[in-house]
Parts: sequence; structure tokens; C-alpha cells
Amino acid sequence: MNRWGRENRALKTVLVAASFAFVALFLVLPLCQVLWKAFEFGVRPFWDSVSDTYTAKALKLSIITTVLAVACNTLFGLCAAWAVTRFSFPGKGFLVTLIDIPFAVSPVIAGLVFIMTFGRLGWAYPFLTEHDIKIVFAVPGLVLATIFVTFPFVAREIIPVLTARGTDEEEAAVLMGAGLFRTFRSVTLPHIRWALLYGVILCTARAMGEFGAVSVVSGHLRGRTNTLPLHIEILFREYHTLQSFSAAAILVATAVLLLVARNIVEGISRKDADCHVR
Amino acid sequence: MPYPRRLESRRQATSAAFAWESALKRKNRKRTLPGFGITMGVTLCYASLIVLIPMASLAVMSADLGFAGFWKTVSDARTLAALKVSFTCSLLGALINAVFGLVLAWVIVRYRFPLRRFIDGLIELPFALPTAVAGISLTVLTTDKGWLGKPVFELLGVKIAYTELGIVAAITFITIPFVVRTVQPVLEQLSPDFEEAGLILGAGPARVFFKIVFPEILPALLTGFSLAFARGLGEYGSVIFIAGNIPFRTEIAPLVIMSKLEQFNYDEATAVALLMLVCSFVIMFIVNRIQVRAASFAGEK
Repeated sequence: MNRWGRENRALKTVLVAASFAFVALFLVLPLCQVLWKAFEFGVRPFWDSVSDTYTAKALKLSIITTVLAVACNTLFGLCAAWAVTRFSFPGKGFLVTLIDIPFAVSPVIAGLVFIMTFGRLGWAYPFLTEHDIKIVFAVPGLVLATIFVTFPFVAREIIPVLTARGTDEEEAAVLMGAGLFRTFRSVTLPHIRWALLYGVILCTARAMGEFGAVSVVSGHLRGRTNTLPLHIEILFREYHTLQSFSAAAILVATAVLLLVARNIVEGISRKDADCHVR
Repeated sequence: MPYPRRLESRRQATSAAFAWESALKRKNRKRTLPGFGITMGVTLCYASLIVLIPMASLAVMSADLGFAGFWKTVSDARTLAALKVSFTCSLLGALINAVFGLVLAWVIVRYRFPLRRFIDGLIELPFALPTAVAGISLTVLTTDKGWLGKPVFELLGVKIAYTELGIVAAITFITIPFVVRTVQPVLEQLSPDFEEAGLILGAGPARVFFKIVFPEILPALLTGFSLAFARGLGEYGSVIFIAGNIPFRTEIAPLVIMSKLEQFNYDEATAVALLMLVCSFVIMFIVNRIQVRAASFAGEK
């Protein structure tokens, strides 16, 4: 083997080793730490702390917020993607930027923005008190903050796919007499289903784990406006390490499941794309 | 032979009329695809309710504050210290990720080795893992009794948790996917032919990398770096556990907003938030410019 081959092989070994070290240190070790702390004393204590009333309530609230936020953002993502890629209209650039804004905003500011709108100093406050609607420091606020933070995910995934596809097939379908829903269901959806699913998975992952924004608008009423990540914070601060890590283990399990799903979907969509190229 | 003047102007007039007519036609052309009204309506209502109106309320609130009030809050020593901590730690975290992210992207795209798919799949973990979980896990890991903190403390006498190092570690963890996932597609597109040509022409591997590969991936690397930096600046959940939150030393800017909110000091919270918003919009603008430039370069080729 010549000098190049040997040097290349040495370089490869060094780089691969560095990657493994980095991934082990920063990604694998924290995961193991959570699981170790949760199951340190066995399955029984883990189960007891997970089935605690407040933890169970927090989990339920987290699931409700996530489902609502993901449903709203999926519907919006589909509408926005269709409007932005299928029609040209003045102010399109502005709309696309608007969709991206939540990416650039710190979660704490995302929460603050809702306090400023619906909170005691917000302009909508008099109206809300008049009609006895509570948004900030109540469940609707949590849902709104979660929606804000996960706002762009579904739209961002679908828009590039729809742009790349063009409108020819849909136009043909419409000219042959299909309505909006029929065209969407039988022409558009098959092309974007993996991108859609991918976006929904990302959205779910972020919604489930959102902390900063939710923390600002929640008010931390235990058992009422405490999502699971917020509950973990409280438990950790009160030195209930086992309980907080047990709750964290649930979220780790969800995250890993979503990660696996993400990878499967990406694999399938790549294969699909390859088929189309050939 | 040029047109006589009269004819020339007539020709121009007709072509102008023609252009006008076709522009009119284009404007009045019925949209072929259905659903403009409903999708646009839903999009606008929803985007206004969730993003536009709340962001506008923040702007209105800060207008009430006035420049003097804004400046007084922002130039406060504690706020400045927090901003400095946030900026330096996110910068360091983004730099670490620029180096290791590049290495990871390179290794995943160019080499074949066992567990490659596993590493590739694991990159998104910080994105999927709730930040609070990452926060408590990293904290327990790096205190001077933790798996990682104990050996480091005994060997080097350096504490990680509750110091600036801890903040850097948390930000590094959170922003791992950004550089890898922006550089990776560019590397995949880059054909090894050019590198082979460089090698055959007698350039060393270092020269090939810096003259051929690096310029190609530089825009993606810068984009990833800026995105990571922006995310690090705003990061809250994972940092507050590990930071210890000592004013003037390990207090980050988002936490300043949070503590001002908890004291119902909405004006000052708004002022700090406004400054951070401006910072992140500037970063987003830079990212946008980088991408436009890269796209125009790619177009020239």
C-alpha cells in the first residue's frame, strides 16, 4: 500500500474515533444517566414515582397539549404550504418569513409575547376578564405557547417538497374535474405523505418537551397547569431526584421512539425519492 | 437599417400596449387550482393569531417603554453581565460544534464503519429530547460527584456543573444537530472526483481539503454555526439547571427575562427580550444572506 492509502487510513481511524468519543460523551452518556437514575433502586420505586398523582396528571396534560398543538399545526402547515406553493400573491415573502419567526425566537420570549397579549398588561385582558376567559396561567396559554414554538415544523417540511413537485399533475386533475379535496387526497398527499409524517414527528417531539415558553405562561399550579417537563423541574429542585428522573425516563422513552420513527420515515422517503429519480 | 422615427415610436407604442395587455391578462387569469380562498384564509388567520398579533403586542409594549427606559434596563450591570455570559458561552458552544459537527458530517458521509447508521440516527437526539431532561441529566453527570464531573474534578481540579463550563456543555449538547445537518447534504452532493483530480495533480490531502472541499462546504458550515449560535443564545431549559444561576457569573440572558417576569417587572423583561430579539433577527438575516450568496455562486457555475 502506498503512502496515501496508509495516511488516509490513519486519518479515518482518528476521525471515526473522535466522532465516537464525541457522540458517546455528549449523547449516549446523558441518556444512560437518566435511565440509571430512574432505575437505580429497581423497577418498583420507578413505578411508584411514575404513578404518583401529580406526575400522572402532568403526563396527561402534556399529552393533551401535544395532541392539540400538533393537530393545529398540521392543519395550518397543510394550508400554508398549499397557499404558498400553489399561488402567487403579493406579500408572499413576508408570509414565508412570518412562518419562520418562531425558529429565531427564544422560548422564553415566546412565552413573554403571550403574557404581553393576554396577560394583565395585555390589550386583550379587559375583553377576556369580561367574558371570564382565562388564557395565561391556564391550559389555553400552555397550548398557545406550545403551538407558537412548534409553529413552523410541518409547513417547513412540506413546502420544499411541494415546490419541487410543481403544479402540473394537480392542474391535470382539476381540469379533469376533481375538486379541491379529491385533488389533494389522490394527487398531492401521496407525494408529501413522508414529509408530512416527518414534520408531524418533529412537531410532536418538540411539543412534548417544550419547557421555556410553557414555563413562562404556566404559573406552575401543581396538578393543573404543570406539564411533565415543568413537573420534572419542580421535583428536581425539591431534591426528589428519583421521582424527577423517573418522570424524565418517560420522556426519554418518547424521544427515543420518535427518533426511531423519524429514522424509519427518512429511510423510506429516501428510497421513494431514489425510485422517482430512476 | 434603423426604422424611421415615426414608425419606431409606433412600434414602441404597440409593443407597450401588448405588454400592458398581457400583464392585464396575467392578472385577471383565473387560478387553475382551487382552494386559494380557504387555505389563504386559514393561513392568514392562524399566523396572525399565533405569531403576528403577539409579536406586535410586544413591539407596542416596548414602544410604551421609550428609549430611555429601554437603555436604562439594558445598560444595567447585571443585564450586561448576563448578556456577556450568554454570548461567550453560545459562541464557544457553536465553535465546538463547528469543529465536531464538520468531523461528524464528514465521517458519516465519507466513511463506512460499524454503527455508522446508529451515529447518524443519534445526531437528532438533542432535538427530540426535552430540554429539561437534558438539563437535569447533564447536571447530575457533571457535578463533582457525577460520573463525568468526579474524574474531571479529581484530575484537573475543574468544576463543570454550576460554572461557565457547564453552560457551554449544555449549549454544545443542544446545538449538535445544526452543523451536522446543514453540512451533511452539501458533502453528499460534492462528488469526490474533484478531490481525486486534486490528488492526481499532486496536491497533498490538506491542500485538497482546504482548496477544494472547504470552500464548497463553507456556506453550509457558516449557516450551521449561526443557527447553533442563535439557538444557544435563546436556550433556557437545559442551561438553567447546570448553570447554578449566580448573578454576574453564570446567569444567562433568558433567565434575566424570566426573573424579571417573576417579579412582575414586565417593562424591564420586555426591554431585554427586545434586545435579544434584535440579536436573533440579525443572525437570521446573516444566515439568509449567506444562503442567497451561496445559491448565486452555485448558479454561476
